[in-house]
Amino acid sequence: MERIKDHPVLQPEERKTIAFTFDGAPCQALEGEVISSALYANGIKIFSHNKKDSSPQGIFCANGQCAQCSVTADGLTVKSCITPVREGMKVATLRGAAVLPRTACVSEFGRPEELDVDVLIIGGGPSGLAAAAELGKLNVNTLIIDDKASFGGKLVLQTHKFFGSVEDCYAGTRGIDIAEKLEVQLKEYPSVKVWADATCLAIFSDKKAGVLRGGRYYLVRPKAVVSATGAREKSLAFPGNTLPGVYGAGAFQTLVNRDLVRPAKRLFIVGGGNVGLIAAYHALQAGIQVVGLIEALPECGGYKVHADKIKRLGVPVYTRHTIVRAAGKNELETVTIAAVDEKFKVRPGTEKNFQADTLLIAVGLSSVDEFHAQAREAGMDSFVCGDAEEIAEASAAMFSGKITAHKVLKSLGVMAAPVPQFWFDRLEVLKSRPGATKAPEAKNHSKPVYPVLHCRQEIPCNPCVTVCPKKSIKLSGDSIMNVPQFAGDCIGCFKCLLICPGLAVTIVDHRKDPANPSVALPFEIGRGLVKKGDKVRLAGWEGADLGEAEVLDVKDFKAENTLIVIVKTKPGVADLAASLKLYPAEEGVKAAADLARADDETIICRCERVSLGEIRAAIRGGMRDLNQLKAVTRAGMGACGSKTCSTLLLNVFRSEGVDLKEVTGFTRRPLFVEAPLGAFTNVKCRTEADEKASWSGF
Amino acid sequence: MENNYDVIIIGAGSIGTPLAMALAERKKKVLVLEAAPSPGQGQNKCAIGGVRATHSDGSKIKTCLRSLEIFATWHKKHGDDIGWIKGGYLFPVYTESDEAVLRELLKIQRGFGLNIDWIGADKVRALVPGIAAKDLRGGTWSPDDGSASPLLSLNAFYRRAVKLGAEFRFSEPVKEISKEGGRVKGVLTPQGRYYAPWVVNAAGAEAAGVSDLAGVKVPVNPDCHEAGITEPAERFFEPMVVDIRPGDKSKNYYFYQNREGQIVFCLTPQPPIWGHDRRSTSEFLPEISRRMISLMPGLATLKVRRTWRGLYPMTPDGFPVVDFPAALKGYVLAVGMCGQGFMLGPGLGEAIAAHIAGSPSADEKEMLAGFRLDRSFTGQEKLK
Repeated sequence: MERIKDHPVLQPEERKTIAFTFDGAPCQALEGEVISSALYANGIKIFSHNKKDSSPQGIFCANGQCAQCSVTADGLTVKSCITPVREGMKVATLRGAAVLPRTACVSEFGRPEELDVDVLIIGGGPSGLAAAAELGKLNVNTLIIDDKASFGGKLVLQTHKFFGSVEDCYAGTRGIDIAEKLEVQLKEYPSVKVWADATCLAIFSDKKAGVLRGGRYYLVRPKAVVSATGAREKSLAFPGNTLPGVYGAGAFQTLVNRDLVRPAKRLFIVGGGNVGLIAAYHALQAGIQVVGLIEALPECGGYKVHADKIKRLGVPVYTRHTIVRAAGKNELETVTIAAVDEKFKVRPGTEKNFQADTLLIAVGLSSVDEFHAQAREAGMDSFVCGDAEEIAEASAAMFSGKITAHKVLKSLGVMAAPVPQFWFDRLEVLKSRPGATKAPEAKNHSKPVYPVLHCRQEIPCNPCVTVCPKKSIKLSGDSIMNVPQFAGDCIGCFKCLLICPGLAVTIVDHRKDPANPSVALPFEIGRGLVKKGDKVRLAGWEGADLGEAEVLDVKDFKAENTLIVIVKTKPGVADLAASLKLYPAEEGVKAAADLARADDETIICRCERVSLGEIRAAIRGGMRDLNQLKAVTRAGMGACGSKTCSTLLLNVFRSEGVDLKEVTGFTRRPLFVEAPLGAFTNVKCRTEADEKASWSGF
Repeated sequence: MENNYDVIIIGAGSIGTPLAMALAERKKKVLVLEAAPSPGQGQNKCAIGGVRATHSDGSKIKTCLRSLEIFATWHKKHGDDIGWIKGGYLFPVYTESDEAVLRELLKIQRGFGLNIDWIGADKVRALVPGIAAKDLRGGTWSPDDGSASPLLSLNAFYRRAVKLGAEFRFSEPVKEISKEGGRVKGVLTPQGRYYAPWVVNAAGAEAAGVSDLAGVKVPVNPDCHEAGITEPAERFFEPMVVDIRPGDKSKNYYFYQNREGQIVFCLTPQPPIWGHDRRSTSEFLPEISRRMISLMPGLATLKVRRTWRGLYPMTPDGFPVVDFPAALKGYVLAVGMCGQGFMLGPGLGEAIAAHIAGSPSADEKEMLAGFRLDRSFTGQEKLK
């Protein structure tokens, strides 16, 4: 069983164990757990075989959006990532298409329930929750829905502390804790109805939103719609990209941080944005070795503190590298990477192989904007916030939710005043991309105890400034983008060290032993890993090896879920040491140079197994309308509704030298998530399988 | 001159595309002008794919028999898979009055030599496993009818037309139809002027507006049907099933299982919704869900993947207008398909091409005989 028992931040809940079978073999799940996580916990990664070519499929989005994780459960085809396991459930590999129950007896039909609300918020992540709270404060009749069992969106996957400012967006607090705070806050507002397990399927031309809530279908008639629908992960085309074990960083975080399942032993990551960098960190916290992370650009696009944090712990970060292929018999076994030139072309001879069982794709996000588009098409008052509007950090999403709520209030006539301009200014700051990186600051004081701020890149973040009781940490300018500086007195209280989301603060202390100053290092990887008296290797702010040091003490700050490891150092090293190293980097094995990329077989549309070769041929034949491309090749016609391949298809056009202005995009039609036919009339029926399992409706 | 053609076709859809192919086969220099960016983006892609000859009048029957031949032999002749299934059409019957209507129609259909017959309830249940047995009286069954993928078929016709030399220009709406001395001369688009002695209006739901450019009034107004498609399931029935009983907010509906195993279904709203709107309504899924599941309870668990709304370019009597109006020589109407353009298209293409080439067979003359513009439009199609 691959379950995470010890985690530095997350505490596994005590839950009842239930029994189910997979292809007849006995398995165990935790009560309430979704099938996909239970299967992973039982070491099962292959869930189905594609209808077209029988290729193995496993988890991919873990978000209910694609259908790659489909299995048969008690005779029905279900998405395993959103279907809870039940005691005695018979789960089986899905081979080909669904088999329908031949006989079933309908006992009852219902009409969809219609419901009037002032505001419908689609999505209960940071922006939706923030918007709901603002509307609730003014007693506006609001319905907020989320397709998951609990609210918080991707916040519930974020074990790290947040950036931003303390006053606007809970900076310094962990994402999981923010989710809880926001959800609890909503309970204070009786005008806000909260529906979990409620999926918006479509917004129709007659201004109604179709919502499937726990199997019942509702038609919601809102005066205004807020799409707080977040983002979906972009995919990447390379040979082997559909092998089980290759999936998105979001799916990984779901398995690891929400369900406490360890899906990997050796992990490789593509993409050095914040998503990839944070996923690497989450993997380390889950006791998974991160074999490497690659980024095609000369520098990681994510915050430098995130990149440095994982480098210090021993994760090799390869910039200007690309993924050449993923290989393995039925599951991922080997990842091949190579260096690229300025035009992102592989430099022959630089190919290297790494053994890995899991490869995460973290190459950016795109906004989930279909409901906003449909609501506008229907002529509704439609608003959009958070990642659905523009991809940024969750801190910005919360603030954007608040602003959007005020736009809604104005549009409903509840509030006359316009949204204050300075809110928009603040949002812009929170959305900022990282700015310039300053050189490490030369020490200009001789205090006996002081913080070293290994935070040299401009990012919107200020908790260390807010928390210092002596007000000795100040930003170097007026904006929270400015880097922090220490000037004044330090009492060694560790507050700045404990709150820093980037783990970029250490405290150097000469008071006890001036010749061998101690350094307090933040450490949130695992409780049992380091103890007093251990010899550890130290790393500089960007990961440089600083030699060995002895651990003087390990302090456990339970409230912050952070350990402080105090090591004995030399004066020259004390100001440089930023972290412990977990393990030495692996080099990889030089791969055969004849790895000519057989990329015509690379899969672009994974639902319908449409290859790059087929798409290229169509484009070279003059096709410029994605709707025609879909008609001819079936690309985009599958269960995910082109959510995965539409950006990949545009990439193929681009790489074929086609100006995207010539290309007509997909016509988007409902449904945006598949739903059983019977759900639309709330059918109660019993099938053959029900004679054994007690199932009625959906 | 480069901009001179034998025939200009307005519209690269269910009618224009196979017509271009048929004309190119007859060595005509053809230009097809289409407002959308690629072929089949109007009503064609909204069709669910049924092809039947079992109509109630000679012209449609003859035309669709020709179409059926083209669909059924396409793969063998040209190598492209167009998703053809000879699955037949089945009209299950649950009421005495429906039985009377269909049995009456059967006489006419059999009079035209069509392979259609009344079958008993047991045979219906064997053809469609899981169909509701209560009150099932039997139904009419025409095994030679079938279905094909409108998307694949149209693109196959398009590729063949191009291969034979037809020229297609997309994103090029016709703004003007020019005339000289009672004859058509050509057309104007934002991109240029093109000349031909023949101009065919195959503009589907836009046909009336396009015909206004020629100064010829045609009584074509679109209403709509809503349709949807499910995830694939293991194949378990072959025919197109048509349930003609009325529903709360609908007339008939019909569905079949396509080659991918997906159930494709379509509903006729009642009262009809007129206009060009193609956005989905919230009424459709609850209505079709109740009706289809009442008929086949096993479908309840099958997931709906996509829905859409397609236009039916209607005429007052439910029959197409395919004609060469005397008022304007060289102007051809191939409009008002009333939702049957996909099944009529290949047959009509050959008949119209033969007329333009000046050598229609007796059969091809009969194919168009019932579709004249100067008819009274007072009759009613018995089986829409």
